[in-house]
Amino acid sequence: MKLMWFHLMPYTELPENFREANPSVWIDIHSSLFDPERAHLMYNDFMDELEFAAEVGFDAVCVNEHHSNGYGLMPSPNLIASSLARRTSDTAICVMGNSLALYNPPTRVAEEFAMIDCISGGRLIAGFPVGTPMDTCYAYGTNPSQLRQRYMEAHDLVVRAWTEKDTFAFNGRFNQQRYVNIWPRPVQNPHPPIWVPGGGSVETWRWCAEMDYVYCYLSYYGYKAGRATMDGFWAEMERLGKPRNPYHAGFLQFVGVGESRQHAFDLYAEAAEYFYGRCLHVDPKWATPPGYTSEGSQRAGIESQVKKAADSNVRGKSTGERFASVAREMDKIVDNGYVIIGSPDEVAEQLREVATDLNVGHLMLLLQYGNMSKDLTRYNTKLFAEKVMPKLKDLHTGWDDRWWPKPMRAEERAEISPFNPAVAAE
Amino acid sequence: MSDPDTSTIDINGFTTRVWRKGSGPKLGFIAGFGGLPRWMPILEELAKSRTLIVPSLPGFPGGERGHTVLDTHLDWMIAVRETLEKADLSGADLAASSVGASLALEIAALWPHMVRRVAAIAPFGLFDEKDPPADPWAQRADNVPGLLCEDPEIYKAMKTAPEGANSIEWPIEQVRASEAAARIFWPLGNTKIEKRLRLIQAPVLLLWGENDKIMPRSYAKTFADGISGKTTTQTIAGAGHLAELDKPAEVAKAILDFTA
Repeated sequence: MKLMWFHLMPYTELPENFREANPSVWIDIHSSLFDPERAHLMYNDFMDELEFAAEVGFDAVCVNEHHSNGYGLMPSPNLIASSLARRTSDTAICVMGNSLALYNPPTRVAEEFAMIDCISGGRLIAGFPVGTPMDTCYAYGTNPSQLRQRYMEAHDLVVRAWTEKDTFAFNGRFNQQRYVNIWPRPVQNPHPPIWVPGGGSVETWRWCAEMDYVYCYLSYYGYKAGRATMDGFWAEMERLGKPRNPYHAGFLQFVGVGESRQHAFDLYAEAAEYFYGRCLHVDPKWATPPGYTSEGSQRAGIESQVKKAADSNVRGKSTGERFASVAREMDKIVDNGYVIIGSPDEVAEQLREVATDLNVGHLMLLLQYGNMSKDLTRYNTKLFAEKVMPKLKDLHTGWDDRWWPKPMRAEERAEISPFNPAVAAE
Repeated sequence: MSDPDTSTIDINGFTTRVWRKGSGPKLGFIAGFGGLPRWMPILEELAKSRTLIVPSLPGFPGGERGHTVLDTHLDWMIAVRETLEKADLSGADLAASSVGASLALEIAALWPHMVRRVAAIAPFGLFDEKDPPADPWAQRADNVPGLLCEDPEIYKAMKTAPEGANSIEWPIEQVRASEAAARIFWPLGNTKIEKRLRLIQAPVLLLWGENDKIMPRSYAKTFADGISGKTTTQTIAGAGHLAELDKPAEVAKAILDFTA
């Protein structure tokens, strides 16, 4: 079982009346709410938290990409990842990921990921999301009708740029480059493992199955809402005759660990309510750029609504649409399974159930969310590492994780000179 | 209203619907934003005195997913020209609305022999930072009808699945219409048509809904100033962006008078 520590890097000082006074946390969130000097402190806290997670033994640290977003301050996750490559030593670095269609030319992704893979000695997981409608179509102005075609082509170009030994010409539909020959090349051979975060579309399940990529469902709505999607993925895998290797999948879950369930409830209510109340306040007008959701997914969505199927809130719906019906009070947040809370034993028990029921070998854990303080984040992270992690490590031991980075041997890797050693974990 | 004759043509391997009704000199009609999922009163009015031919553009209702192979402006131009030719509209008068009007003007600019006269209702294609068009693709769903029509009920009724329609495919077709328009006009609606207006020698009637909430009425002057052929600008009272849906009789009269 792999336990991965994920940071969204939310702006932690959105005002209490944010929902009432502002149309959206995304796209047109007002610049007056952003204080760069406060953000200086936030970024450094967040990076400390990621480094701390690596120190206490998480298998990976994860970062992701958002644009014009008050709950995701990483337009370039690669910047954070490159810093993590220097400040961690054995932890995998999961960039979840680069929205391929947004890079022009997409070989930029091949280059930057190769740099991170070289600097880290082969510890990179390369995530290739299509990206949300807000990030891609609105913040970056990408044509929603071309987004997926551009994504697929960019994928082909990046993989080829990593693997072709000789300079080649790329004669694509959207990208044409006469001379493709990236320097540097990735350490991992033939290239870093590719993971694909996706919604509930059949096309993505099939593509991950066929390409042998890890399918990740990064939902903010927890294991209860995620079950139908993961079941769909495994059903598609079975249909294609692929083994149910749990490491073929990843799943995101918010967690809060305390001494007891009540203690955890009290500790994490504010941060969770901040996240689900303020951070997911997205104007629905940013939800549905036409063409973003494939017609196959629209069809599945309409059919599952007609049938009132369990996944009708997922299938054929965009990220923004899902935000509209979210619970925002802690008791509902917990009841719905968005955030798993409890004593270490209680959290471990619930996560075992999640990992088993959803058949997921890569659990990406959000242990910082909303306006959670650095102290509470460290408490949550440490308690999880010390008391929860040991109770989960034995899960899925019979399976081979073929999708995990294969770094250089430790003795071959560069010695990183210590930086400010006085600021150790504790 | 009796039904029009329906036929199909092939554009880049995708079938596209063509409606035909009436008699007299040929007049083409190209739909605006959202397309024409059903025969509408404006078409009936025009077919009373002309042979009205209504081809669907790629991706618009009746047009399958033909837009998905059109990647560049040139791809679109060729597809629209081919659509007009195969629909038997070469050299005919054209009336067109919104996104369709922009494409009709482009054809008039690039291939003057293809179009005799153009009646253009609030065409897309321009973007003025000081007076930007509304973004039709960033709207809450319930705002869209009122943004496109002065009377939102008209747009809603047009877009509601008729009895017997496939309840799954119908809504998908309506999203596809919006996607097809986005494919060429995303994100600003600006195809830089301004550079090509001088090539238009044909007479052009510019019709604008008095209460158009998408395209600023000031754009009529930019079109009129840029087009080399004779232009006339007329405002339709009590109409929104898709003036032909709000005021079919008035818009039809203006078109028929202009192309008489």
